[in-house]
Amino acid sequence: MIGAAQPILQADDVAHYYGRHRGCEHVSFDLFPGEVMGVVGESGSGKSTLLSTLYGRLTPTAGRVTCRTRTDESVDIHTISEPERRLLMRVDWAFVHQNPRDGLRMNVSAGANVGERLMAVGERHYGDIRSKAIDWLERVEVDAERIDDLPATYSGGMQQRLQIARNLVTGPRLIFMDEPTGGLDVSVQARLLDLLRGLVTDLGLSAIVVTHDLAVVRLLAHRLLVMRKGRVVESGLTDQVLDDPQHPYSQLLVSSILRT
Amino acid sequence: MSQPSETQGAWDPSYNFAFLDEQTKRMIRRAILKAVAIPGYQAPFASREMPMPYGWGTGGIQVTAGVIGPDDVLKVIDQGSDDTTNAISIRKFFVRTTGVRTTESTGDASIIQTRHRIPESPLREDQILVYQVPIPEPLRFLEPRETETRQMHALEDYGLMHVKLYEDIARHGHIATSYAYPVKVAGRYVMDPSPTPKFDNPKMDRCPALQLFGAGREKRIYAIPPYTEVKSLDFDDYPFELPTWDAACALCGDTHSFLDEVILDDAGGRMFVCSDTDHCRERRANGHVGPAAAAAPFETMSAAP
Amino acid sequence: MYVAVKGGEAAIENAHKLLAEERRGDTNVPELSLEQIKQQMSLAVDRVMTEGSLHDPDLAALAIKQARGDLVEAIFLLRAYRTTLPRLWETKPIDTGAMNIRRRISATYKDLPGGQVLGPTFDYTHRLLDFALAAEGGGDASLDADPAEPVVAPRVTELLAGEDLIEEAGAVPDKDAPGDLTREPMEFPADRDLRLQALARGDEGFLLALGYSTQRGYGRTHPFAGEIRMGAVEIEIDIDGIDGPVTIGEITVTECEMVNQFMGSKTEPPKFTRGYGLTFGFCERKAMAMALVDRALRGRDLGEEVDAPCHDEEFVLAHADNVEASGFVQHLKLPHYVDFQSELELVRKMRREIEQGRWSDGEEAHDVAAE
Repeated sequence: MIGAAQPILQADDVAHYYGRHRGCEHVSFDLFPGEVMGVVGESGSGKSTLLSTLYGRLTPTAGRVTCRTRTDESVDIHTISEPERRLLMRVDWAFVHQNPRDGLRMNVSAGANVGERLMAVGERHYGDIRSKAIDWLERVEVDAERIDDLPATYSGGMQQRLQIARNLVTGPRLIFMDEPTGGLDVSVQARLLDLLRGLVTDLGLSAIVVTHDLAVVRLLAHRLLVMRKGRVVESGLTDQVLDDPQHPYSQLLVSSILRT
Repeated sequence: MSQPSETQGAWDPSYNFAFLDEQTKRMIRRAILKAVAIPGYQAPFASREMPMPYGWGTGGIQVTAGVIGPDDVLKVIDQGSDDTTNAISIRKFFVRTTGVRTTESTGDASIIQTRHRIPESPLREDQILVYQVPIPEPLRFLEPRETETRQMHALEDYGLMHVKLYEDIARHGHIATSYAYPVKVAGRYVMDPSPTPKFDNPKMDRCPALQLFGAGREKRIYAIPPYTEVKSLDFDDYPFELPTWDAACALCGDTHSFLDEVILDDAGGRMFVCSDTDHCRERRANGHVGPAAAAAPFETMSAAP
Repeated sequence: MYVAVKGGEAAIENAHKLLAEERRGDTNVPELSLEQIKQQMSLAVDRVMTEGSLHDPDLAALAIKQARGDLVEAIFLLRAYRTTLPRLWETKPIDTGAMNIRRRISATYKDLPGGQVLGPTFDYTHRLLDFALAAEGGGDASLDADPAEPVVAPRVTELLAGEDLIEEAGAVPDKDAPGDLTREPMEFPADRDLRLQALARGDEGFLLALGYSTQRGYGRTHPFAGEIRMGAVEIEIDIDGIDGPVTIGEITVTECEMVNQFMGSKTEPPKFTRGYGLTFGFCERKAMAMALVDRALRGRDLGEEVDAPCHDEEFVLAHADNVEASGFVQHLKLPHYVDFQSELELVRKMRREIEQGRWSDGEEAHDVAAE
């Protein structure tokens, strides 16, 4: 693959154990710039453990996770220094929580929520910060008039879109999403998915989306990992896996969705 | 007007000089040296129980006890005044435990212990200003956990501080922090100036005197060495602003000092007078006369229009 | 002149005189002696010594008298006295296993070597006001028989340790000597030696409430009162040139060892764990609460889920000291004219701006509404 882009994130035989209990193990993949990878499985399959390990919240029991930074260096995200890690999280990476309350500061306005990452990297012009915040609120279809309102006054769908704006304002290249549409009404889910797909395409983002909802990955993901009991049982292009699942568990997963 | 009172007390020899034992004073001095070496950094120290309650100035008292010598001249103020009860109590404590001379005159003092104010008259190189500090951590009310705030200081991770200022402007149109207004010291550490009004912040910048801050209950000492840059946090397009009064001091006529509001009756009558009582006394001694002092008895001023 | 508020000095002096008069009360009533306080208010003396971190019944009695019975104030007086005392020796660790037991109970064993010794406890009294005590001389009491000789007995936890069912007693972690938060400021996370010191000095009421919260599901520790023992222990020091430790006296202490169920974790097999409480004198409630909180604070080290207030080391340790808490709560009585003045100006300014219509049209607070 000489001349091809380098992976933005690499998992090399990653495992995380909770004591003797297996969270996940033997997970390896390369994620390339602009690529969206879905991780599916039922609850307890290890997909959230994997996401936390990839994001650096959990320390891998075995294996390593490397990423390419903006300056094209390859770093092991579990051994870099704390200042480097914080910078990476603020500038290059983003994390969208299932519950927007976990990803927002509920006690400050929407504008401050969007502006925080800008201020954290040194922006000191109130007017500039505010206009960038307004721009991002509009991009995620939040009325700019609501910029000074607390997130608590927002609906669930608006909170989730605000969380996305807060994450994307510094132009990250890799976004981690944990059940981004969980807990939302079906109609609101559809709108959010549409928005996410547009943003990912327009900005050329790489993403890892963890979900139990196959509709989400069908719409967003190029590739899939199917997880069961902490292991990847099948991987491949999304359409391939969903239309012609090979592993019995994948077949069960797909058919159970089709039945409902 | 009265002259600044100056007293020479008697040291009660049943106490060690400045109350604390010599080992404790050395420990405090080591913390002070560390604090001076890293301007704005909160140096931990093994604060002692003092005969006054926590929150009543135990940090400032320990710092003063650590630096005071028999030749020092001590001034103690609270709210800018030498005659508030806690200032009296602390001054008496040091008279009894050191026998040093005390003064109400800012110019005559070599050590000034203060709560909530910085004297109006400029300080000199041969003076030390000791602040009493209740909560030394400027990030505390944004992030309650010490382990987290310590790391934020270490990594210079101060974005959260500006979130607060942003929020003020978004809600109020200006930065709505009127006291304990955060500053950046020597371009590095964000520091709480103690609950002094922001009016006093510019006095800290490049001040010739050594400024020491003691927080007894929280067990921290921090410092601003002489001639150190102290910058109040702000935005490029919303710069730090000083508060102004419509009124002048009723007694000395000053329009540039921090004014306390004094309620004169229950019908809304009030007047404004200098918070710094020594500054006001000195001005009056030099012939300045305010609107109320010119008349006797006082005429009440109505509230500012 | 109103402004300078002269006369503060005289006011303070008068307040002190008034205080002294109030303390004494009606001079027709005999003055309390320190001996009376020591003899008849002994539990107050014990609490003041424990939280004041100084074993001296005479000074504790004096502090109680001077504080008019306000124990937190008395603790403060004792602490302020103690803080700069010279430290001449460090004692050897006391051996509570060799205690001359006056009270000893275990909730885990019906009977055990040395037996259960009730001792002078409120436990089984009926809580009825005893009006005989209100009459002069009504408080005299004597035992029907001579009190039993103090017993010496092994600790319950030693019995469990024999079966390897309980973790080892904690050792001082990787340091030459236990830490001392009165000499070095505490840093978080704190080791157990410092945590125990902070808890031993901590406010009984605060620890009681926290310990109670662990029993009501906020950080359950599944405790059993393995053993509570109270009695005299010897205080020993090493002196240069003399072989073996020298006993310099005896003090009474109360010790509580909680035995806590533990289901095991990624690093540890299931076994019992310990929570530890120790006080001067007879402060049983405090010792028990301390043991509960000590065990709760060990959750992190044991790999348990930590989510309750009692697990939060910074929260617990930073607020347990009643001398610190009392001072800071009460400092609100001090003048805050300058800060208040600043706020006054700010509120006025903001109100003026509203009046001047700075916030007209569309800038009004938005309704709380969903999209």
